[in-house]
Amino acid sequence: MKSTVMTWGIRFGLMAVLCQSGMGADQKFSSGSTDPIVQFIDEQIQKTWDENEVKPSPVADDAEWVRRVHLDVVGHVPAGQVVDEFLRDKNPAKRSQLIETLLADPGYVRNFTNYWTNTLIGRVTPEKTNRPALEKFLRESFAKNRPWNEIAYDLLSAEGRFDENGAVNYLLAQLQLNPNSEEYVVEATAKTARIFLGLQVQCTQCHNHPFNDWKQNQFWEFNSFFRQMRREDYEKYNPATGRMDDDYSELVHRDFDGPVYYETRAGLMLVAYPKYFGTEVDPGSDTNRRLELAKSITRDDSNKWLARAMVNRMWGHYFAYGFTRPIDDMGPHNPPSHPELLDRLTDEFVTSGYDLKQLSRWICNSEAYNLTSKFNPKNEIDNPANGEVPLFSHMYVKPLQVEQLFESLLVATEADTAIREGGASGNYERRQMQQQNWTEQFLRIFGNDEEEPTLYSGTIPQALLMMNGPLVRTAISGEKGSYLYTVMTNPAYKKDPERIRALYLAALGRGPTSTEIKGLQSMMARYPDRVSAFQDLYWALLNSNEFIVNH
Amino acid sequence: MFQQGMTRRHFMSHAALGSAAVLGASEFLHHLQLNAAEVSKNRKACILVWLGGGAPTIDMWDLKPGSKNGGEFKPISTAGDLQICEHLPSIAKQMDSLSVVRSMSTREADHARGTYFMHTGFVPNPTVVHPTFGSVVSYELGTKRKELEIPAFVSIGGGGMSPGFLGMSHAPFTVDAGGRIQNADMAGVDPNRLGARLSMLETIEDGFIRSNRGDAGQAHKDVYSKAVNLMRSQQMQAFKIDSEKPEVREAYGRGGFGDSLLMARRLVEVGVPFVEVNTLGGWDLHNDVFNTLKTQRLPQLDKGIAALTADLKERGMLNDTVVVCMGEFGRTPRINQNVGRDHWATSWSVLIGGGGLKSGVAIGETDADGTRIVGDSYLPSDLWSTVAYALKIPLDTVHTSKRGRPMKIAGGGQPIKGLIG
Repeated sequence: MKSTVMTWGIRFGLMAVLCQSGMGADQKFSSGSTDPIVQFIDEQIQKTWDENEVKPSPVADDAEWVRRVHLDVVGHVPAGQVVDEFLRDKNPAKRSQLIETLLADPGYVRNFTNYWTNTLIGRVTPEKTNRPALEKFLRESFAKNRPWNEIAYDLLSAEGRFDENGAVNYLLAQLQLNPNSEEYVVEATAKTARIFLGLQVQCTQCHNHPFNDWKQNQFWEFNSFFRQMRREDYEKYNPATGRMDDDYSELVHRDFDGPVYYETRAGLMLVAYPKYFGTEVDPGSDTNRRLELAKSITRDDSNKWLARAMVNRMWGHYFAYGFTRPIDDMGPHNPPSHPELLDRLTDEFVTSGYDLKQLSRWICNSEAYNLTSKFNPKNEIDNPANGEVPLFSHMYVKPLQVEQLFESLLVATEADTAIREGGASGNYERRQMQQQNWTEQFLRIFGNDEEEPTLYSGTIPQALLMMNGPLVRTAISGEKGSYLYTVMTNPAYKKDPERIRALYLAALGRGPTSTEIKGLQSMMARYPDRVSAFQDLYWALLNSNEFIVNH
Repeated sequence: MFQQGMTRRHFMSHAALGSAAVLGASEFLHHLQLNAAEVSKNRKACILVWLGGGAPTIDMWDLKPGSKNGGEFKPISTAGDLQICEHLPSIAKQMDSLSVVRSMSTREADHARGTYFMHTGFVPNPTVVHPTFGSVVSYELGTKRKELEIPAFVSIGGGGMSPGFLGMSHAPFTVDAGGRIQNADMAGVDPNRLGARLSMLETIEDGFIRSNRGDAGQAHKDVYSKAVNLMRSQQMQAFKIDSEKPEVREAYGRGGFGDSLLMARRLVEVGVPFVEVNTLGGWDLHNDVFNTLKTQRLPQLDKGIAALTADLKERGMLNDTVVVCMGEFGRTPRINQNVGRDHWATSWSVLIGGGGLKSGVAIGETDADGTRIVGDSYLPSDLWSTVAYALKIPLDTVHTSKRGRPMKIAGGGQPIKGLIG
């Protein structure tokens, strides 16, 4: 029984929460899931707590958790009403049920389509790359919950027009150099290893790496798989301007056989043949090298690099830290923090048929994912932000990513409804245009750094955008249809504390504390009119540190 | 007007504190002297005037009369020890304060790659995003200027260069030539409400900070306080060129470019260490190069750069302010069939001056047709090392990328000898 290692204090803390969730006092935490793999995760994580003599934080209360699981799975905060319903729900299995609901929500598809589009081609679309087509390919794949190895196979082996086969856009985005350059497929090589296999090989392009087991020859062996492709760009005549405009691009096969040549730092010229972790491929002209590589990676890899990289990446998505840091550098030089757990999850993920929803389900139902982000003296050493190895004894605070922030503002304020209903000109196109404007402004201000996903990194322009920018301004304008308007006019809210609570639920996923209510009400009393007072309260909630992070 | 390098508010607070009625006269004087020393220590700055598209420097700074590549313009003598284009007569009068490096050889002749290389000193690399040099200066100097309430790297006109691995807090703070800053005012809301909003914000934020979840909560609060300081700062006046006398504005040239340069001077004056001006574009002259230069680009450039140089000199700021004027590359010595010049990175020129660098000279040379450099050539890393040297940023400074790779400042270049000699 795991609870024997817990102190009484922690047990009491846990019990209090369990009772609140309607569970028995002597039970270990359960989200409601009985999956043995979830239990295995809990055991493995518990083991490292014991080994490192940390005591986990208590289970997060429902308000904290419901906001977190929404942000992570569907990419935005829950609506106030959803929070309210969840808090009232007495079903002890309500957490696992909510996980199921969210995995079936269209928001799941949008969230992971955003995530993967950004991962594969970056937030700023490279030239002559069709972002909407790639999004469509991903959207359909995630909606059908296609196995990850099949999705990866398509992305790596795709050929054709960038509008007809959206999957080609991953490789097209990496082909930005002169096709005759020796470096033409270097980026495709490095990105594929990093994203799909969790291996960083880019430094080995030029030399053997001191901390990396990949050797320079391996880089060029891997590189040689990509030599039979090139992009072709087509233009069309524009009668209005008299110029040639971009029409479409295509990823096509090109003949290539034999070895590739590369130079060592000592100036020695060497050759490399297509070889994936010891599996050699016929270098003749009849071989479709990219197909062979796609097969090796997605079907025949005894090391399961594809699955391992995905498990680590998804763990990192939910916990802010994976089993290695960074998540996509999993070579032998960088051992994982929880090797047995990573191995088992990798095996189970493969056995499940690379089932992405199943992977999310295991993680979200685990005890660690359900802990509060508050730490205490018994686990404050578990602080990866200080460079420590993560022990997952409490949730780590994650800044919202730009898409999460945008979607959350829409949900919390129903700003899109307000725009849609905003007068005669309010129509779908207008909303789309507004959204495009906002997104562009967000991206410009929030930056686009591939090394570190774009997030609220705390700059003055970001603060100004939130304080005075159009989205929050619209949100608090109290236009008909907006959430603030509803709260101010709906007779269901009888007194100001109820209205304040409604705004808190929508923005922060929790109700106000009694101290907060008291302080805020006395401030609001000094306003000449109630509408301004509530507008400014909502302004403060949406601008708060608590809103801008996922905890 | 501003006190040099000091805001009015800052000045007023010193004046109040050190007023002769409270302190003895000698103490008051001592206080002022201390402050003057602090200010002058903190006034090193760089203004980068970016000529986006790639300016035909062979027609501007390194003319080739008598060559088939020479084009239509004639060289004229200047106040310095070199000749420049006849259509830059005002700059010619200031050339005793400026120099030209005629031996830039920078290999990247694609707009995006050249822009990256010339801004960072590093060639593009898929595994890392290098900081544009303004971000480097913000990181090295801006963080040390405690009295600076506005961002340390301002880009007038924008241009999308990235702070790279130094992080978004060193990103360029972008304004347009009118000095408008996005979202810096409350857009019609009564400014008195800001105080009330901030009180409510504090109630909510403090609760989260106390909840024991790490540093993110406090960090957020700190940034907001900086943003509010900025909204309320007297230094924001630096963006408002309307307060300049008409004759000053006239001297810089009315219009976006002149306004930008004037604003750059005002920003440097309040302590901003790096300003990039990117409001005179349209240098990608594949067609009709001479006509366009003569009637449009050069007159504006001439007026603006000359006024800026004279103004900095007059205010005693030139010795502390480096001015760099360049684009992503030069243009082909060969004149194409459309009477234009194409992209060319092999042999071209950059205008640089101030900051205590040697002035009035031409560094390096190209051959009679302008196609080849004779003798030593220089890279952007050498150019930025020269700027770092002038700004007194140690050249052995090393930054660390997010993946832990050490990166020498300015790409590990060497200061250009003829400029620091």
